[in-house]
Amino acid sequence: MSAPGGGGAYSFSLTTFSPSGKLVQIEHALAAVAQGTTSLGIKATNGVVIATEKKTPSPLVDDSMLEKVAMVCPNIGIVYSGMGPDFRVLVTSARKSAQAYWKIYNEYPPTRIMVQEIASVMQDATQKGGVRPFGVSLLVAGWDKTRGVTLYQVDPSGSYWAWKASAMGKNMVNAKTFLEKRYNDDISLEDAIHTALLTLKEGFEGQMTEKTVEIGVVQIPPEWDPNAVHEEEVGGKFGLIKGQPVFRKLSEEEVRDHLNL
Amino acid sequence: MSILEYNGGSVVAMRGKKCVAIAGDLRLGNRNMTLATNFEKVFPINPKLYVGLPGLQTDVLTLKERFRFRTNMYKMKESRDISPLTFARLVASTLYERRWSPYFVEPVIAGLDETTNEPFIAATDLIGCLNFAKDFVVSGTASDKLFGVAEALWEPELESEDLFETISQTLLNAVDRDALSGWGAVVHVITADKIITRTLKARMD
Repeated sequence: MSAPGGGGAYSFSLTTFSPSGKLVQIEHALAAVAQGTTSLGIKATNGVVIATEKKTPSPLVDDSMLEKVAMVCPNIGIVYSGMGPDFRVLVTSARKSAQAYWKIYNEYPPTRIMVQEIASVMQDATQKGGVRPFGVSLLVAGWDKTRGVTLYQVDPSGSYWAWKASAMGKNMVNAKTFLEKRYNDDISLEDAIHTALLTLKEGFEGQMTEKTVEIGVVQIPPEWDPNAVHEEEVGGKFGLIKGQPVFRKLSEEEVRDHLNL
Repeated sequence: MSILEYNGGSVVAMRGKKCVAIAGDLRLGNRNMTLATNFEKVFPINPKLYVGLPGLQTDVLTLKERFRFRTNMYKMKESRDISPLTFARLVASTLYERRWSPYFVEPVIAGLDETTNEPFIAATDLIGCLNFAKDFVVSGTASDKLFGVAEALWEPELESEDLFETISQTLLNAVDRDALSGWGAVVHVITADKIITRTLKARMD
């Protein structure tokens, strides 16, 4: 990327190594993430849930227009902690990348491949001239035929790894401790959603209602048989197998029901 | 003479019971002159997936390499073999990339799904229109003749040995009626545990 006016001081990368071997800009980006609202994800046996607080700076803000949990493609959803605008840009780029994959293979990418693409974009911003790292950490939840449900975190550095359960943002230390106690490998999706809400509640500033949290799930339907041959797959609509697990956001009624439990 | 007929050659694939078979002739010609009788046009993509590429020789070889590149990259990125259906779509999108200056090849795909071992066959035209047939697919200079014999001989749920006989007779008798195909034949029969490749004793004319 060339800056106008011949480049000058910005023609090299803004992320350069410190003598101790650190990339200071990335450390600062992580600090920006740590200031962001808490978000978390939990992987269950029959699905995965991602959730976040929807915190607005003033009660006058129309929070129904705010989208912090976003769908990237039918089988993958994403949530963030950190800078909202950076998240928007990454979601757009991820959605484009999913469609590009679809254009070649007529199916949507497996979660891991999607995560690799997003991580690539984020890493780019740590090694290019004139750009700064993205100020977000992402939790990517998805389902694919080969690996089933998976949950990944992607950091501003571009590194990614899979979690069984994790939290990011302001309250992440307490939230992760809470999750460590509550998580077990056999947790069901219903329990996972309940646990996610309890975890968010721990560090919640203000009233936790269906309007101040956003929840997204990938749910494996009980009748889903991974070994069945899916005839509809051949020339299938929109790259989806009929009846396959998809990502969706819980409606306000559903969130309210879960909160009342 | 159409450019698709310049080098000659034909391929056929058939679906059987828990198996698929794909067969092609061995002729390479230059219009009416035969240049080679050992030009294979059926290539492995992964242990249970084969692709047949009849048509202009230069495009046959180029496409073989392009598919090899793309499927190797896929395998490394996704840590899994590409499934036959996904490969068919990859073939279609690769061909359509050249919509206005196409590869003069009309591929035929045959394989077993890597997890369920479900038999799969498909074919495309030179610009990537997919045909997911349930019985057999044909391509090449003898395609009309292959249609005729296949339609007569094919029946559903053939065991691998019977499928071999059926596809062999289909190919041999069809190419015998085509001046630009023939001069030898190779048949691959793919089942869940093995692939058997046989070279047929054919009329060398």
